Amino acid sequence: MTDQAPPPSLYAAREPIFPRRVSGSFRNLKWVILAVTLGIYYLVPWIRWDRGPDLPNQAVLLDLANRRFYFFWIEIWSHEFYFVAGLLIMAGLGLFLFTSALGRVWCGYACPQTVWTDLFILVERWVEGDRNARLRLHRQEKMDARKLRLRLTKWVLWLLIAVATGGAWVFYFADAPTLFVELFTGQAHAVAYITVAILTATTFVFGGFMREQICIYACPWPRIQAAMMDEDTLTVAYREWRGEPRKHSQEAKTQPMGDCIDCMACVNVCPMGIDIRDGQQLECITCALCIDACDDVMERIGKPRGLIDYIALSDEDRERKGAEPRAVWKHIFRPRTMLYTALWSAVGVALLVALFIRAEIEMTVAAVRNPTFVTLSDGSIRNTYDIRLRNKNNDERLFRLSVVGDPALRIQLEGTPYGSVDVPADTSLLQRVYVVAPRGSDPAEAGRTDLRFWVEDLSNGDRAYKDSSFNGTGDQ
Amino acid sequence: MSKVPPKQEGDPNTTGHSWDGIEEFDNPMPRWWLWTFYATIVWGVLYTIAYPAWPLVSSATSGLLGYSTRGEVAVEIAAVEEANAAINMRLAEAELTEISADAELNSYAVSSGAAVFRTWCAQCHGSGAAGFVGYPNLLDDDWLWGGDIEAIHATIAHGIRNEDDPDARYSEMPAFGEILEPEEIASVVNYVMDLSGGTPTDASLVPAGAEVFADNCSSCHGENGLGDRELGAPNLADAIWLYGGDEEALTETVTYSRYGVMPPWTQRLTEAQIRAVALYVHQLGGGE
Repeated sequence: MTDQAPPPSLYAAREPIFPRRVSGSFRNLKWVILAVTLGIYYLVPWIRWDRGPDLPNQAVLLDLANRRFYFFWIEIWSHEFYFVAGLLIMAGLGLFLFTSALGRVWCGYACPQTVWTDLFILVERWVEGDRNARLRLHRQEKMDARKLRLRLTKWVLWLLIAVATGGAWVFYFADAPTLFVELFTGQAHAVAYITVAILTATTFVFGGFMREQICIYACPWPRIQAAMMDEDTLTVAYREWRGEPRKHSQEAKTQPMGDCIDCMACVNVCPMGIDIRDGQQLECITCALCIDACDDVMERIGKPRGLIDYIALSDEDRERKGAEPRAVWKHIFRPRTMLYTALWSAVGVALLVALFIRAEIEMTVAAVRNPTFVTLSDGSIRNTYDIRLRNKNNDERLFRLSVVGDPALRIQLEGTPYGSVDVPADTSLLQRVYVVAPRGSDPAEAGRTDLRFWVEDLSNGDRAYKDSSFNGTGDQ
Repeated sequence: MSKVPPKQEGDPNTTGHSWDGIEEFDNPMPRWWLWTFYATIVWGVLYTIAYPAWPLVSSATSGLLGYSTRGEVAVEIAAVEEANAAINMRLAEAELTEISADAELNSYAVSSGAAVFRTWCAQCHGSGAAGFVGYPNLLDDDWLWGGDIEAIHATIAHGIRNEDDPDARYSEMPAFGEILEPEEIASVVNYVMDLSGGTPTDASLVPAGAEVFADNCSSCHGENGLGDRELGAPNLADAIWLYGGDEEALTETVTYSRYGVMPPWTQRLTEAQIRAVALYVHQLGGGE
């Protein structure tokens, strides 16, 4: 180990990025999406929804303590969690669909990382000025009063946004107005404070300082997106055959110049700090801000728009040969996207059907098999069942239990001489139920007899059933 | 093995191992890794001093922190008992017959009674309370000493035929092998089999058995064999047999008698626990 050169460091320092302000149709679309998504996130917990006296009046509420999920008129119990699984599958398929049709459109427009970073950059621009002002401030090494004031103002504003973000999250898990007061009076549960603190920290750090590094290094999605994209996927690209040779390049001295005047507008507005003219790259989140920036320049120099544009790979060859690109709808409607749409719709329809056919009353039956049967003093044979009755209504209901099977079977309920039991509003009740077969009857002497329990809501006639079986002595 | 080019000046050090020409660098461990490794050694030594670690002949070093898993369990048990102290007090002081009307107290009693049952009662009565030969089934509707909540409570508190509790329920059936002739025993056994709706092995003995029964058995088991709960005398006319209802088992019962024993639980369980397990047993399906 004498005269050996040190190995190259695997660490790359972050190159600071100062995206320039840009205006245009994609930027406007992104502002709208930002306003709508943030509006939904911050405001939804405050929507009230009257559910009657004993239930929460919050339209969207994940009540973990009571294992209930309220979504407007829908109420999901913990055993119906497959709805959530279904929604996640739909979200996954939807992501596949949009990626195969429009590339990383999720990353560019709707991903929380993008939306909050956009918001943070907006604040940054308000406080410190646009790209050039921020660059100057960055290069100024001395921390004088002005720089300190601007930095502190920016950080405080970021922190306020971050606290509001972390704060809004916990409102989805408890009554928002109550928790709001509790949070400020120090009465809220420690979990609420810890959650707010963690989400505040992640929002502040991810949106303010890590930004594109989250997309490049932390997020798995850029790594797997390639599998969803093909030559028909519309994605942000540079019409290099139209733009090159760009101004200032060696080739431009000998050949007719392309449309690109090398003004660097596309690079300056890029929140990921890349040059789209280098072709598709892992960092590109297809936010389309370079399209807006370039179109603006093209208009000013009197060239057609679309030097940077949403282009499919398959059109590249056509355009190089001077042919017209194919219509957008031909790129979007192709077997792959239609298959994703079909799968997505199938899951959605299945969930909707499941939602509408699910009953307001339910039961589960667990036959007690220790012992399998009990002989009573008159010689009859008794089986025991633990039946859980669920009343999802907002008021107490009288449930009548009955058994169908061999006519000799009789049902009895533990603790009551009646065949019915009151189940309080929005709860489940565990009721021990006995089924008795008289001495000498078929089910008493058979090994096993099938039976079916019915539960009926006496107020409206709703019924549900569960199958089980009756164990006899097996003498027959 | 293919030819390996000779070593050049400035080539990195290797371990000297070579597999098909592939050599292994002899690089030092990363510094952070090495320090982590040393730290784990120090940690390991300190750990064995602070916590129980080294096995000795009959025990082990106890550690400076005095930690033990048993101690941890004891603390947890104490915490649970403290948390339940108030409701246990309520349970012990409530009117026994009115507990089942108090939904909260009843729910607590039944679930804690289930735990008591599994710990102390399941050995004889079975985890499902279905009993065994000689150990009564607690699920059915037949009770030797009574099946209402107060009778069940008294049975659990004081036990059956034990010497430890003067209030234990007590009765004793004579061994009729010393009193009756074998033919008389055979006839009364057939009579009892007929009484309970079974099929006697020799129906011709039934009338004679009825006489033997009236003279010797009816004082405790009643004229019609319906038993007497004051004496713990079983109902002989029902379908339930504690020791078996066939001729062989009945002959043995009559000849040598039976003497089922249950310990008193006041000496081992608290009043709240006894009440809890009584309520648990009462709601198993046979409570009266």
